[in-house]
Amino acid sequence: MAEKPKVAFYWCASCGGCEEAVVDLADGILEVVGAVDIVFWPVALDFKVPDVEALPDGGLAASFINGAIRLSEQEEMARLLRRKSKYVIAFGSCSHMGGVPGLANLWDKKSIFDWYYHKAPSVEDGGGREPRESVEVPEGRLELPAFWDTVKTLDQVIPVDYYLPGCPPTPKLVANAVGALLRGELPPKGAVLASPRALCHECPLNDTKPEKLLLKDLKRIHLTTVDPTKCLLAQGILCLGPATRGGCEALCIQANMPCTGCFGPTDEVRDQGGKAISYLSSILDFDEASEIERALEAIPDPVGTFYRYSLPRAYLRRTREVKRHA
Amino acid sequence: MMPTEPVEPKIVAFVCNWCTYIAADTAGVARARYSPNVRLVRTMCSGRVDPQFVLAAFERGADGVLVCGCHPRDCHYTSGNYKTLRRFLLLKKMLAQLAIEEDRLRLEWISASEAEKFRKVVEDMTDRVRRLGPLRANGGD
Amino acid sequence: MNGEEPRIGVYVCDCGFNIAGVVNVPELVDYAMALGGVAVVREYKYMCSSPGQEIIQKDIRELGLNRIVVASCSPHLHEATFRRAAEGAEINPFLVHMVNIREHVAWVTKDRREATEKAKALLAAGVARVARHTPLERREAPVRSELLIIGGGIAGIQAALTAADAGRRVYLVEREPSIGGHMAMFDKTFPTLDCAACILTPKMTAVKNHPNITLLSYSEVVSVDGYVGNFKVKVRRKPRYVDETKCVGCYECIEQCVYKTPKFPSEFELGLGKRKPIYIPFPQAIPLVAVIDPETCIEFKTGRCKKTCVEACGDRDAIDFGQTEQVIELDVGAILVATGFQVFDAARMTNYGYRRFPGVFNALEVERLAASNGPTRGEIVLRDGRTPTAVAIVHCVGSRDVNYNPYCSKVCCMYSLKLAHLVKERTRAEIYNFYIDMRTPGKGYEEFYQRLLEENLHLIRGKVAQITDIPDSAQEEGKLIVVAEDTLLGIVRRVPVDMVILSVALEPRADKEEVRRMLNISCGSEGFFLEKHPKLAPMATMSDGIFIAGACQGPKDIPETVAQAEAAAAEAIALTSKGFITLEPNLAYIEEALCSGCQICIPLCPYNAIELDREPMVARISDVLCKGCGVCVAACPSGAIRQRLFEDEQIMDELAGVLTR
Repeated sequence: MAEKPKVAFYWCASCGGCEEAVVDLADGILEVVGAVDIVFWPVALDFKVPDVEALPDGGLAASFINGAIRLSEQEEMARLLRRKSKYVIAFGSCSHMGGVPGLANLWDKKSIFDWYYHKAPSVEDGGGREPRESVEVPEGRLELPAFWDTVKTLDQVIPVDYYLPGCPPTPKLVANAVGALLRGELPPKGAVLASPRALCHECPLNDTKPEKLLLKDLKRIHLTTVDPTKCLLAQGILCLGPATRGGCEALCIQANMPCTGCFGPTDEVRDQGGKAISYLSSILDFDEASEIERALEAIPDPVGTFYRYSLPRAYLRRTREVKRHA
Repeated sequence: MMPTEPVEPKIVAFVCNWCTYIAADTAGVARARYSPNVRLVRTMCSGRVDPQFVLAAFERGADGVLVCGCHPRDCHYTSGNYKTLRRFLLLKKMLAQLAIEEDRLRLEWISASEAEKFRKVVEDMTDRVRRLGPLRANGGD
Repeated sequence: MNGEEPRIGVYVCDCGFNIAGVVNVPELVDYAMALGGVAVVREYKYMCSSPGQEIIQKDIRELGLNRIVVASCSPHLHEATFRRAAEGAEINPFLVHMVNIREHVAWVTKDRREATEKAKALLAAGVARVARHTPLERREAPVRSELLIIGGGIAGIQAALTAADAGRRVYLVEREPSIGGHMAMFDKTFPTLDCAACILTPKMTAVKNHPNITLLSYSEVVSVDGYVGNFKVKVRRKPRYVDETKCVGCYECIEQCVYKTPKFPSEFELGLGKRKPIYIPFPQAIPLVAVIDPETCIEFKTGRCKKTCVEACGDRDAIDFGQTEQVIELDVGAILVATGFQVFDAARMTNYGYRRFPGVFNALEVERLAASNGPTRGEIVLRDGRTPTAVAIVHCVGSRDVNYNPYCSKVCCMYSLKLAHLVKERTRAEIYNFYIDMRTPGKGYEEFYQRLLEENLHLIRGKVAQITDIPDSAQEEGKLIVVAEDTLLGIVRRVPVDMVILSVALEPRADKEEVRRMLNISCGSEGFFLEKHPKLAPMATMSDGIFIAGACQGPKDIPETVAQAEAAAAEAIALTSKGFITLEPNLAYIEEALCSGCQICIPLCPYNAIELDREPMVARISDVLCKGCGVCVAACPSGAIRQRLFEDEQIMDELAGVLTR
């Protein structure tokens, strides 16, 4: 009997949403489960790491790894799965580009630990304890993974074959990717399995743009009323659709929310935030520095806005010096 | 090398063909003397300067980046320099969040006849960036 | 890159000692040999010379080179030279890249070590960049043969005649009611003391009569659109209130004007003479057509004039109070700017008393006094009619002065000597020239100076500190006293005179900024229009198809002005003579398969070269309108727009290169 291809799902620094996305396949999940043999899926199944270690190298048809890499354990698991897999697919924004956890690169280990284990208002006086990599307890020696200063993308620690972008990837894209894998119809390695064009191409509001798309002010989404029949960017709302790869069918826009860039840039662009800064400022219709700066007051957090999912992948992927916590 | 000697900074200058590049040529003709730290990369208009170039420059070892074009109203292509200004202001705002000092990214309008201004800007920028020390973007990762 | 591996030839120029004297060229050559893709590196004394170019061509043929880097001077000088050399060896000219190690390294870096390191970095950048170059084709665009000349002084007139004689349709636009410019105001010209009118008026008449010249007088250029070969120009024709096609210049209307005597200051006479509201600026005006000034004409101010002018005109019926301003559009292939100069306003130097003391004149005013068609019929007299017995001529007023203009106006010594001669001849007065240096370099100029030295002029070397009417002694009563240090004698002198002539600087015109913006050209640091290159392209500007000639480019005398006018005309003719011109290929282009139709690029183009094609919802760039600025390329959020010769990869590799050391 032909063996079903073995696949693994693993999560690194992530929220669990990508695991949810697999479940979101709904009925489709039964087809997936029927077609493949899931041999490792910590969130859902009871296989252990030694089970993976016992597999022959390349014995896994594919590993779908989501989440960014910021603990030594995550790197170790990534390397293990890479050894054991024919294809490694970076699943979701965090493994693709660092994702929202990537914004932690505005801080470092010390400042994060200081806050979360000592200074945050919700910390009960715990006597100044914080997790350590190695500690003696009555039962023996406990080891915890090392916590790095810098969050990395998956491909900054192991070679990655394909990327499924999105926060999380949409059910349709996941189903397409799995189907292509099973049929052996994958594109050349390194491909991002979504649209080659930016989101505006598939956005239903794209053809409502005015003849000259120039803005006199920018509006923060929570401080404005959205006209659902007109292009959000044309209304002055910060929509990153033009700088974001499409393939999601503009789900957010159809829910009256602007695109925040989770699919990352197109293939031609390395630094999504850089291009976003470029196009958005270019269409601000002012020539005096003071007027431009006034309009830019609507963007109090450029890194959070333009690099929400992609900071670890950018040219400048972390702060040089940690700023005081907000 | 003595440990107290400052490391010489590397500064990339994106200059437009019609104004600043000519000013630099004219400075040469006048045999102006200035520090060799600033290396010019020419584009036709300062409006061609993609913020990605500035970011890549910092990532690849530049300690400072200078973007130069024609004065407002004087752009050879009418309005390219206004786009440069808009991008520069937002880029600066973003870089501040990454703790990159103000003096490391500078925008200057230098016209073709301002050879002396070019020299002064080069010297001033070199001096400021030298005092800030090496950038070491990404913490030397 | 056509799948071929780059085989790069690197050519380092010594430029005599210019580069080799500072940059360690052998070390640079060794460094270049080790760079990726480099097949050969050569050093030569003068790369731009014929033998230098032949070395490159030989290597291309024999070594199969497919990329060339020349490390030498500024590409603004010789990029075209080396591109042509490459074409001669049958490789695409855009596979050539220049690295500037002269203007940007050797000429500005004191330390040899630092200069060599900087040269290495720039060379590494150039080699990395050129590896990414691909062959590009220049586009051809049709070009019109008509020419526009802005300014009807001697420069504009000469250029118009030269171009018209070459068979071209020329539009000559002049802001004043008559052509002639400043030269029409002069009496005699140096060094030959030719009468200015005698040499100018035949040319003015030739302009009027030339079938190929359309003279648009009393008109101004208000906008220039388009690009080289296809300029669209709007000209505003100011209303004369006299029909140019009907007026024959008989002067009857002026004679019969209700103002029996001229009452208003004449612009042509610089206020020294008067005119009526209806006037012809000077008798030799071209076109010889009257013009009415609505500010002073009673009919315009009250609507109730007897209009004796109309009556005097009779059935020629040339006067038309209802005439309105007209804006006409011209399509031309090239534009020649010959807008001339203005004189320095000597009132800014309050210590010289211009406009305070009636006895102080500027040189242009004295030209009008000396001119036979001037307000005093050629008599050099003071404003009260007296003939001066002592006249001071003050050189360098507003020139060679850090407070005003640092440059030398080139012609003032000559015209000061000329005026010294004319004034002496007409008045027998004692003449005192106060000078700093006597600059008489032109053909026949030194000889003119020597002649004048025999005319008993008093030449005092020293800058005039003050002109005052406060006497120190009886002899100084009622005089203007010129106070100056006589540096050769080492004393301060007080020279009492009746008349002071200020030799004022030649300055760029007050509206130079508006004109320059309209034409998209630059001004130099002194404010004169900037030539493309002082030696290699002195009549061209940075905007293709726009040329400059005459005093608007810098102070100069009439012989040089005429020469420049002819040169600029020749350039304009050459440019527009083939029916087409080739445009540089550094255009923006869109990869349609990547364009998302986001429309960000469309409003950013200064030339409206980008349009949205709603089927299939992608943007398209017109390669006729695109000028290659690259603004849309930087803004395109999906990286779908690129620029030839300035691709992202080319710039990024160049960037990596400059940071290698």
